[in-house]
Amino acid sequence: MGQAVESDLVERLLDGEHRALARVITKIESQSPGYRDIVSEIHAHTGHASVVGITGSPGAGKSTLVDKLAKYYRDQGETVGVIAVDPSSPYTGGAVLGDRIRMASNVGDMDVFFRSMSARGQLGGLSTATADAVKALDAFGKDRIIIETVGAGQNEVDVVKTADTVVVLVQPGSGDDVQMLKAGILEIGDVFVVNKADMEGASRTVAELQEMIHLRDDPRANLDVGHHGADAFDDAGAHGGHGHGGNDHSHEVDEEPEPEPVWTPQVVETIATTGEGIDTLVETLADHYTYLSESGELEEKARQRAAEEIRQLLRSDVNRLLERELDHRGGIDDFATAVVDKETDPYAVTETVIEPLRECLEDRDD
Amino acid sequence: MSADSEQRTIRCLIAKVGLDGHDRGAHVISRAFRDAGFEVIYSGLHRAPDEIIQATVQEDVDVLGISILSGAHNTLVPKVMAGLEEYGALDDTLVIVGGIIPEEDRPELLDEGVDAIFGPGTPMQETIDFVKENAPERK
Repeated sequence: MGQAVESDLVERLLDGEHRALARVITKIESQSPGYRDIVSEIHAHTGHASVVGITGSPGAGKSTLVDKLAKYYRDQGETVGVIAVDPSSPYTGGAVLGDRIRMASNVGDMDVFFRSMSARGQLGGLSTATADAVKALDAFGKDRIIIETVGAGQNEVDVVKTADTVVVLVQPGSGDDVQMLKAGILEIGDVFVVNKADMEGASRTVAELQEMIHLRDDPRANLDVGHHGADAFDDAGAHGGHGHGGNDHSHEVDEEPEPEPVWTPQVVETIATTGEGIDTLVETLADHYTYLSESGELEEKARQRAAEEIRQLLRSDVNRLLERELDHRGGIDDFATAVVDKETDPYAVTETVIEPLRECLEDRDD
Repeated sequence: MSADSEQRTIRCLIAKVGLDGHDRGAHVISRAFRDAGFEVIYSGLHRAPDEIIQATVQEDVDVLGISILSGAHNTLVPKVMAGLEEYGALDDTLVIVGGIIPEEDRPELLDEGVDAIFGPGTPMQETIDFVKENAPERK
């Protein structure tokens, strides 16, 4: 019976029923029985939407920007799906998902399907859930999908990496230039948006971002302190050129005869509250998408995503098997107590629990 | 447990409908629900019934809590209920109303399909318990 309910739900989703889409996403995020069958079924109907991920620190104006972007696409006759990810409490699992408030431009417009999600304490599972929810929106027929998340940690970075294009929102004056050097979300941006561009310090932030991007373009340029041979040209090119990505060393007899098309991250200024700069942002997003398709990176990304999804699912399934094994052996509490009492140690416990699994896999002939 | 071990999390929309400009109560209940482990979506002030319907349908919430102080409940709440019906969302959404609702208006709201009304001074735990006991199963 369960199977029939799931198929019916998928059919209604494909038919464009909003309630069915909403319910499918609920099943995905609560991992309720049968959700895997649903995702399997809709998989074949995906691949039409372009997916943009938007991240940045709290208060940078992500939701307002997303609202205006959605409005822009709607005005062009396209349909939009938005997934907004907010953190949940590590103590109670509770969450206040507040991004919906800012969707004022799309009031009552069902063709902007806005859905709030929280992490629900799933280790690494959030990116799987988000990716599956994106599939649901894609299969439903949304032209544009936007994933919005606070750029706070690895979880959020993983989520936003499931998008084709990653937009990082930066607030003017959000720290000194050391912040720009730090590893993290600034490394993953394809497009940087300096929002609230009317604020003091905006132009400095733009300049700092641009400097960071040019340093990042060709990491080797900074390592080559001594000039030797043809590399000297490279250095000169990388320093003087803007927008060329510093990767065109065609004079070198390298493996690649054709210079690959290169994407240099762009910096766009916006004032999301008034909508200023949104058209430039839309253009830049379109440029990036064109680059992705023409360079073949779109396909490559899809492959990488699929690989990551498979890995993630395998990890979570193995985790479950191991949790069950732990329960079977009396639960983790006893092991933990034994470790604290110095009767054993974490490595020894792990070895005992995982040994049967290892043996089982290693003993296979094929 | 099967491979799909469900993580039951109650989702609520706390909605302010209409023109009243006070949402301290809505904030307090949002926070109490959050601390009870619920996922709470807060609508913000001055929402039209259409917005509440859109949010309830899209977010697939188990519970819709309408907070209303302005006295316009007799016109606004039925609009929301009719919209939920239209999208097939009325049957599996628990609808609760909080705020200033005169005793004589209550039967009509309950007739419209509101599941419970919590007036001023209701202990928070009572509301939380009601939600926990009555949140509909998602099928």
